[in-house]
Amino acid sequence: MMNVPVEEKIFHAQKAVPMDKHNSSISIKVKDLNVYYSSVHALKSVTLDIQKKAVTALIGPSGCGKSTFLRTLNRMNDTLPGARIEGSVIIDGVNIYGSEINVVALRRIVGMVFQKSNPFPKTIFDNVAYGPRLQGIKNKSMLEGIVEESLKKSAIWDEVKDRLEKPALELSGGQQQRICIARALAVNPEIVLMDEPASALDPISTAKIEELIHELKKNYTIVIVTHNMQQAARVSDFTGYFYLGLLVEHGETKKIFTTPDKKETEDYITGRFG
Amino acid sequence: MTDITQELTRKNHHPAEWLIEKALFISGIASIVFISLIFLFLFKEGMLTFKSVSPLDLIGKWVYDPYDEKNIFKVMWQSVSEVPKYSIVPLVCGSFLVAFPATVISSVFGIGCGIYLSEIASARVRETLKPTLELLAGIPSVVIGFLMLAVVATFVQDLFHTKFRLNAFVGALGVSLVTFPIIVTLVEEALRAIPKELRDASYALGATKWQTIWKTVVPAAVSGISAAVLLGFGRALGETMIVLMATGNAALVTLDMFSSVRTMTANIAAEMGEVVQGSEHYYVLFLVGAILFTMTFVLNICSEVVINKMRRKLRM
Repeated sequence: MMNVPVEEKIFHAQKAVPMDKHNSSISIKVKDLNVYYSSVHALKSVTLDIQKKAVTALIGPSGCGKSTFLRTLNRMNDTLPGARIEGSVIIDGVNIYGSEINVVALRRIVGMVFQKSNPFPKTIFDNVAYGPRLQGIKNKSMLEGIVEESLKKSAIWDEVKDRLEKPALELSGGQQQRICIARALAVNPEIVLMDEPASALDPISTAKIEELIHELKKNYTIVIVTHNMQQAARVSDFTGYFYLGLLVEHGETKKIFTTPDKKETEDYITGRFG
Repeated sequence: MTDITQELTRKNHHPAEWLIEKALFISGIASIVFISLIFLFLFKEGMLTFKSVSPLDLIGKWVYDPYDEKNIFKVMWQSVSEVPKYSIVPLVCGSFLVAFPATVISSVFGIGCGIYLSEIASARVRETLKPTLELLAGIPSVVIGFLMLAVVATFVQDLFHTKFRLNAFVGALGVSLVTFPIIVTLVEEALRAIPKELRDASYALGATKWQTIWKTVVPAAVSGISAAVLLGFGRALGETMIVLMATGNAALVTLDMFSSVRTMTANIAAEMGEVVQGSEHYYVLFLVGAILFTMTFVLNICSEVVINKMRRKLRM
């Protein structure tokens, strides 16, 4: 593991990265976030502002904490036994780790798409309507409207509009993943978290997902974890590089990929390790 | 021959390995062999019934009644009588009158307990409950039968004011104690087989724990749960000692749960010991056994089919 002086160095360097001063353009404000799994210190004092209606990519080698970080943003780590979280994540001025936070409501504001496409063993329609139904929407035409809109936003409406009553598991992997995105959008979130959404897909499906992310950032704040650096460079406006639980560097994607401030970042970007 | 050819064509098999492999193969297929042999034997013996008994006799028999002074179609099991009557209708009635309520009772509690164990219970509670269930599954059925006969029967009679102290319901209560742990274990397995990704997806859409259980986990496991109930039902049909002790053993044609009944299993157990080998009565008992075996066999196949359906549905 990393010894203290290096950690200190990185911590100070991270503070030195200039941040956007306009608070109104900030969607999520993360401050001094620490995550522990039992005795493992998985995230170390991460401080980061995530911009509204932009794509922020989180990169780094396996086990660096980027997925853990993503899952703290909608408190999905709550379901893991032994997880302990310190620090604050402020969305719309509210600390989501505050004592009176309704986690269920939080997850409606912060949607999530997973690495492995995980549609329910239900029809396409029922998959997308799952979230709205949880909120008590029973009106058939209203549900139909939401489903159609979500599927259109996810660029899969034309492919499935004639078979909404077919099982979602009959679709291809790429289509399933877009159904999962539609399902997340159907609850009308403001922020969409994506955990390596294209890592299990072929290049053509990946291209479609990336195109979709580009489209979605007009209306949503998107945070995406990816293993694929080219993908981060292609789809994101901002990039954060994680290593050993630390946010090493964060800034505009263009800058991170051309003239990073930190040597560690440069080494990773240029493929010297990781 | 060059060295390489020699090396490439070298036999890897040691004679002992061959022997062990064959021995393991025989153990592996032993269950298939045994089932086939049992099946064959039961049916061979059972079919000999029809040497002297017509298939209609298995439903009922026209017997001259000296009181009414005419022939009456009697649907009854009277194997030791001047004119033996071998209607299996009362026995089938009895078996279902016990197995059906037993399955309903144990399913209600078993599915509930399975959901609790798999979804709600903390690790510590689970570690206490599971061995307790195994303990319950390990109680000899004669002990349960005795308990039903001596204690529960009186309690049930006081509660429901039944005409017969030993009846199908008392038997069903006892049998449900046997099927309960089976159903719990299978339901819990079915629920645990539901991938974590599905639960995560539900939580991420803003579902509460209850919504996730009722709208995602249980529906996804519904085939596995049905299979558990079917297997429980099969087990309930086959249970012998408890019903022999607790149901009163009167072979009545009835649909009344609080009437004394005689099940197919209890009938075989009660009469096989005293029957003359190779007699008509002997063969009829084998036929009853063959019918029972067929029923449980079909139930097992059905549950296998529904479980496979679930696996396909979830692409596991």
